[in-house]
Amino acid sequence: MNISRKWLNEFVEINASDREYDEVMTIAGQKVETVTRLDETIRNVKVGKVLSIVRHENSDHMWVCQIDVGEDEPVQIVTGAQNVHEGDLVPAALHNSYLAGGVHITKGKLRGVASNGMLCSIQELGLTKNDFPDACEDGIWILNDEGARVGQDINEVIGNDDSVVEFEITNNRPDCYSLIGLARETAAAFNKPLKLHEPVVKGEGEGDLSELLSVEVPADDLCNRYSARMVRNVKIGPSPKWMRERLRAAGIRPINNIVDITNYVMVEYGQPMHAFDYRYITSGKIVVRRAGSDTEVTTLDGVVRKLQPDMLVIADDNRPVALAGIMGGENSEIVDDTTDVVFESANFDGTSVRKTALALGMRTESSAKFEKNIDPMLTLPAVNRACELVELLGAGEVLSGVIDILNYVPEPFTLPLEPDKINALLGTNIPEADMIEYLAREQVPVENGIIRVPSWRPDLRRMADIAEEVARFYGYNEIPTTLMRGATTRGGYSEQQKVENKAGAAARAMGMSEIITYSFVSPSVCDLIRMPEDDVRRNMVKILNPLGEDTSVMRTTALPSMLDILSRNYAYHNKAVKLYELAKIYLPVEGEALPYEPKMLVFGAYGPGESFFAMKGRVEALLKAIRAGEARFEADKQNPSYHPGRCARLIVDGKCVGTFGQVHPQVAKNYGMDCEVYTAELHFTDLMTVLAPEPTFTALPKYPGVSRDLAIVCREDVTVGALEDCIRNAGGKLLREIKLFDIYRGVGILPGCKSVAFSLRLRADDRTLADTDIDPVISRILKALASELNASLR
Amino acid sequence: MKEQLEKIRASAMEALALAREATDLEALRVKVLGKKGELTAVLKMMGKLSPEERPVMGQLANETRAAIEAELEHRRQEIAAAAMERKLAEEAVDVTIPGEEIAMGHKHPMNTALDEAKEIFIGMGFQILEGPEVELADYNFTKLNTEEGHPARDWSDTFYLKEDSSVLLRTQTSPMQIRAMEAIKEPPIRILAPGRVYRKDEVDATHSPMFHQIEGLVIDKGITMADLKGTLETLVKSLYGEDSVVRFRPHHFPFTEPSCEVDVQCFKCHGAGCPTCKGEGWIELLGAGMVHPKVLEGCGIDPEVYSGFAFGIGLERMAMRRFQISDLRLIFENDIRFLQQF
Repeated sequence: MNISRKWLNEFVEINASDREYDEVMTIAGQKVETVTRLDETIRNVKVGKVLSIVRHENSDHMWVCQIDVGEDEPVQIVTGAQNVHEGDLVPAALHNSYLAGGVHITKGKLRGVASNGMLCSIQELGLTKNDFPDACEDGIWILNDEGARVGQDINEVIGNDDSVVEFEITNNRPDCYSLIGLARETAAAFNKPLKLHEPVVKGEGEGDLSELLSVEVPADDLCNRYSARMVRNVKIGPSPKWMRERLRAAGIRPINNIVDITNYVMVEYGQPMHAFDYRYITSGKIVVRRAGSDTEVTTLDGVVRKLQPDMLVIADDNRPVALAGIMGGENSEIVDDTTDVVFESANFDGTSVRKTALALGMRTESSAKFEKNIDPMLTLPAVNRACELVELLGAGEVLSGVIDILNYVPEPFTLPLEPDKINALLGTNIPEADMIEYLAREQVPVENGIIRVPSWRPDLRRMADIAEEVARFYGYNEIPTTLMRGATTRGGYSEQQKVENKAGAAARAMGMSEIITYSFVSPSVCDLIRMPEDDVRRNMVKILNPLGEDTSVMRTTALPSMLDILSRNYAYHNKAVKLYELAKIYLPVEGEALPYEPKMLVFGAYGPGESFFAMKGRVEALLKAIRAGEARFEADKQNPSYHPGRCARLIVDGKCVGTFGQVHPQVAKNYGMDCEVYTAELHFTDLMTVLAPEPTFTALPKYPGVSRDLAIVCREDVTVGALEDCIRNAGGKLLREIKLFDIYRGVGILPGCKSVAFSLRLRADDRTLADTDIDPVISRILKALASELNASLR
Repeated sequence: MKEQLEKIRASAMEALALAREATDLEALRVKVLGKKGELTAVLKMMGKLSPEERPVMGQLANETRAAIEAELEHRRQEIAAAAMERKLAEEAVDVTIPGEEIAMGHKHPMNTALDEAKEIFIGMGFQILEGPEVELADYNFTKLNTEEGHPARDWSDTFYLKEDSSVLLRTQTSPMQIRAMEAIKEPPIRILAPGRVYRKDEVDATHSPMFHQIEGLVIDKGITMADLKGTLETLVKSLYGEDSVVRFRPHHFPFTEPSCEVDVQCFKCHGAGCPTCKGEGWIELLGAGMVHPKVLEGCGIDPEVYSGFAFGIGLERMAMRRFQISDLRLIFENDIRFLQQF
């Protein structure tokens, strides 16, 4: 909401500087977004009087003027305009002046003749013919009839000696979408008197309103109130300068006296109004109804609007003449030869107006106001104010009487003033008398402890609402700052959050940096990672109104997000990249409204030194860091996102809790990467269920252990894991540790076989081991290896 | 004989002084004190002395031996020390050569900022809570006193997952207020709920369709607006320094009453107005207020007995200010060169 400070001063006189005004209003709860001085754009342009005008010696269309701008010497300015005459008052942009759009004027020479500035047209001053209807459109603006004086700053002539204040109005205060509403707030914030004006209409026009016009409201659920008056013998013409100036400051283009009056009243009262040309209202009948079988209406802007049956329209006896609360129809528009006018001042249902405006993609000044559910009590004063202005401007003859159809009258609302409760909520000690005074400033009367809430304040319904009003004028910043009393609570992280913190620290210690990616992805990522057609993860939660295809489904796998970021880094030529993300995925659950949102811990890396085992090392270290239970790894040759020979499933407590390995080269290629890329996807939420219990201290060994190295020859297809499992099972409780230290193929080993060397560590808690303890263990192991895996000692 | 002993002593001492290596000392020891050494040879002649001379010479011989041995040991230590020094000198390194690289990963700057906030609130007894991002409209709006028809519920502002507008991507972390009250039931409640939120904004330098908020909620007997101010002032001072100036100004949220927004005085211009604060002198930090009695009632908490406050902080903005990050897009781009700066 933009307001002119000059206009505001008509209601409450404030002398504060723009900055002070901003500060006081913002602190009192009406946040000022911007304050714009209107005279900051046009600078150093003065009213000049043409003393002489002679033909340019080297041009057949230019003129050399001597201009009196109120200084000792006249200024010589060359102009190409043909409408300037000796004695005219003109806007003269002097040397080093600024015009609309930031145009900078300096002195110079035009075909050899010095020109110390420029004479201006209205366009060059940022104006249109709407602002100054008498101005010449294709020449210099002649100011002879504008009441200007020589040497005067042109901003004063235009009416730019004003500031426009832009307020951020909150949803609960529809009353503040009006000059009067903001004047009330201003008066309260500055504790100054508010000067309100009761419209007075003479209503001496000839004719009987009830005979000329009738109003029916069949859609009484969408129209709370409809007030109308009529003006006859209208003389359409420009509105006076003061009205045009104020409208322009409010950001509204002046059109003609009748339309300008409706806009002027809308700014003042916040009540949108409409004016119909009575000629085109068939049978003088206004019907407020749903569109029904009418399928279209052409609005004032010349656009044909498709109607839906439940949209609210204003119709005459047979067709729609306006989109209720949004825009008038072309068929009943005020035009130059309009003679009889109907003023509509109605209160439409906010939600209905909003839905229609949204469906038609045409949010107007009027619809924006109705959306906020404005006060139904406004329609009458507004229509009277419009008629008063008609009489003031001599624009027509107002008929006596008002048509006023009331479908909904808000109940007068009262509630008790509860000073103790208010002070208890605020943590203050404000006397009751002060509270009453603050409310009075807002024109909220309190009588015998009962607050009478005015109709324009539907936001005041409970003690807390009153507490806010009291706090606003007491000053939020005057409320003390205290620390909470009461029962102490134990703050902290949940168990999972603690493990997450550990996992993040471990990942960073391993050189991975954290990333944060979007939770929504494109459905095409499934194909990019070669997800099978029948994969359940293709069933994603869909956003019905996404910004675009790329962010239209909630991810069921976090792999594409990681690949996307790796790919971006690859494109930036970042050489070695190691990343991790703790990312939610969103898995639809049959029969549930909300999906399951488990967390995934994703690692991703490419660059020198990266290998399957580098990634496996990270996975193993992570498991240690979060104290996961004993892990097993199984080759996964079936996962199409991964290299079939370099992919493993992570199994803890018999549960698959992750997959990792080299990303399938085709997938890497799909992401624009021509290098080996490694990723790990760990189901973090599942990992939480397989954590080992908190460790307790085990006594340090008293007796030394013994190492034995075994080199085992076996077929290529026997895995190290199988060998280890076999050794562990056969080793018994003396065997404490198995460590792989070499795999050898070549001379001395049969083709198709390999030699795998382990270092075994054996120890007993109660004695130093002797050979007689160790030998049976080793032979048990060898026997098991031979029988189970056909492996033998090398 | 006495002359002989003195000569041996003198020459031994001279030789010891000249010795440079441990091997020189050993050779000298053998030459003088060894079984076939000079001193041993002299001692062997003791038998030829008269009984009167023998003890005198004996004592002299012992003294000579002791003196040589003592000097030998002294020199051995000196030479060992010198050898150690030479070795250490040889082992000297150029300390300006870079150390072996241990690549440390970096926490995302936004989570660094978030962790700071969490620590501050944990210190004040807040529990960290998380909840669903795909949320019921009931929790995101209705129970937060944002009725059907409220513009925030428009399809142009909110991502919907069901045609009947019943399921959406949460637009704020505030539904966690409801979830916390429903879960904890009996105040006192002090929770902090950070997380992702979604709004239908196109990506630019200050907007993203997905961003993060931190929700705070306190419910107890006798909680006042003054407590809200005290708590938020503690936060701001912990984040931005003891001398930061905070201002509270009235605002409107459907689920708090009274409501406020909290600004901190611009660090750059100290309130005078500059490009950083867009000339306002203040930078908006967060929104807050006293929990609306309707919201309490809806969660089965009696507003006549309990009161509380809630606040919501935009995390991106907080992190961007903390690290002077100029463009929101950098946060989600995850360029390693960006991440490694923090």
